[in-house]
Amino acid sequence: MAEQVIKVEKLTKRFGDFTAVDDISFEVNKGEIFGFLGANGAGKTTAMRMLCGLSIPTSGAASVVGFDVYKQTEDIKKNIGYMSQRFSLYEDLTVIENIKFYSGIYGLSNKQIKEKSEELIERLGLHSETKKLVGALPLGWKQKLAFSVALVHEPKIIFLDEPTGGVDPVTRRQFWEMIYEVSAKGVTVFVTTHYMDEAEYCNRVSIMVDGRIEALDAPRKLKEKFNATSMDEVFYLLARGAKKAAI
Amino acid sequence: MSIVQLNSITKTYNKGSVVAVDNISLSVNEGELFGLIGPDGAGKTSIFRILTTLLLAESGTATVNGWDVVKDYRIIRSNIGYMPGKFSLYQDLSVEENLEFFATLFGTTIEENYHLIKDIYIQLEPFKDRRAGKLSGGMKQKLALCCALIHKPVVLFLDEPTTGVDPVSRKEFWNMLKRLKEQGITIIVSTPYMDEANLCDRIALIQNGKIMSVETPQNIIKNYTRELWAVASQSMHSLLKDLREFDLTESCYAFGDSLHLSFKVHKENNRDETLAYLKNHNHREVEMNLINPGIEDCFISLMQQ
Repeated sequence: MAEQVIKVEKLTKRFGDFTAVDDISFEVNKGEIFGFLGANGAGKTTAMRMLCGLSIPTSGAASVVGFDVYKQTEDIKKNIGYMSQRFSLYEDLTVIENIKFYSGIYGLSNKQIKEKSEELIERLGLHSETKKLVGALPLGWKQKLAFSVALVHEPKIIFLDEPTGGVDPVTRRQFWEMIYEVSAKGVTVFVTTHYMDEAEYCNRVSIMVDGRIEALDAPRKLKEKFNATSMDEVFYLLARGAKKAAI
Repeated sequence: MSIVQLNSITKTYNKGSVVAVDNISLSVNEGELFGLIGPDGAGKTSIFRILTTLLLAESGTATVNGWDVVKDYRIIRSNIGYMPGKFSLYQDLSVEENLEFFATLFGTTIEENYHLIKDIYIQLEPFKDRRAGKLSGGMKQKLALCCALIHKPVVLFLDEPTTGVDPVSRKEFWNMLKRLKEQGITIIVSTPYMDEANLCDRIALIQNGKIMSVETPQNIIKNYTRELWAVASQSMHSLLKDLREFDLTESCYAFGDSLHLSFKVHKENNRDETLAYLKNHNHREVEMNLINPGIEDCFISLMQQ
């Protein structure tokens, strides 16, 4: 059986009388690309924040790379990578300064920082841009750099929150090739997206509706189950019934 | 008849080092639902800001309903509707207060043009006392649309109204636009989502400040003259790698559950040769079918030219 790096059981989060995440259970395997889908307001971000150790659940249990989401949130933060939908690097620092800054925050030694920076710049082909301010890079490059920086401390899991929003179709695909590469190296990828063609690139996909997971399987199986030709159709069938999202 | 016109408009930033809009000429017809389609940084917002008189172009001229964007900025401002990409209503005013505020600002009343917003506002009415800042993303967007419409604008400018919005809410939003168009309002809308292009009468595909094509979505697809194949096998990742190294391949990229493949030269036996090549590379369960391209295929092809 595959090693499970995320285990979630009956996880629930309430804000007052509003249940944002309602009794969800699932596991994610090592090296898997796991698509976490849902309409706006379905509870994706709240669930993801709990898994990243940024929000304490109301009830239920979950562990991420073996660490408990109630008691070991600091260990979780050190052992995961995170890239948000809003670009997360410092625009007024240069490429190399950003890499060094984040490496430092994650506690890499000076020697490691030097090696990592060189390796990263080599891999991204950013030699002539190292002293450029990140704010001056095209969006596609920023996203690729942010992705690499989120992996600088070699985490076992990377959480990607709408990493490709607004990116051109070619760069969007290059970004997914980077995702495949790290997944092939055994890094687990937990990703949210509003592009339904990208849902097809995931090994398995879950769809949240009104705080609950309404479907979870490989894209091919979901399409069979719902008798649909695309993930777009599956999503539409499930999310159309949602009420909470509209309010 | 053209209602919005851009003639050789250029806009640069950072003392000319960043060319946001590069000598763009474009005209939008009265009553049209016109789409500016392109990724972030293509120049869409700069074009909107020039047309809404919030930004001055370096060179070129532009008119809205015959008014010059530099000389006649006052009259343009009071006769257009503009929904910026960033939510810009008053978060601490209620739904109803925001709408009343914008109606008053434009010298009208909610009652006078209620017919224009009725379909949309009816969904907001149960929450009309709620502060705008407390609304969900979808509701904020509907309110912003109502506020941009309340003075019955001659042209409605919508800058990325569906960015970050889930597929179901996006479909709903486009249905609202279709109904507005039926009421005779000219709408210019920008989006990074290629699948929304099909819902426009005409679209401009934009990349790096330049227009790659202005056409109806149907004609853009018609202008894609090569054969496009959808290919799938049991191992999609190695399939992509292998097809990219294949001699006959012009371009190959992932597209949902298959890869889209085009050949350098059109030949009768392209398919047979590809299947033989894939068999040699141990691909199983290979499927390969001729397909019609979508707007996104056309965009990728234009980008690579």
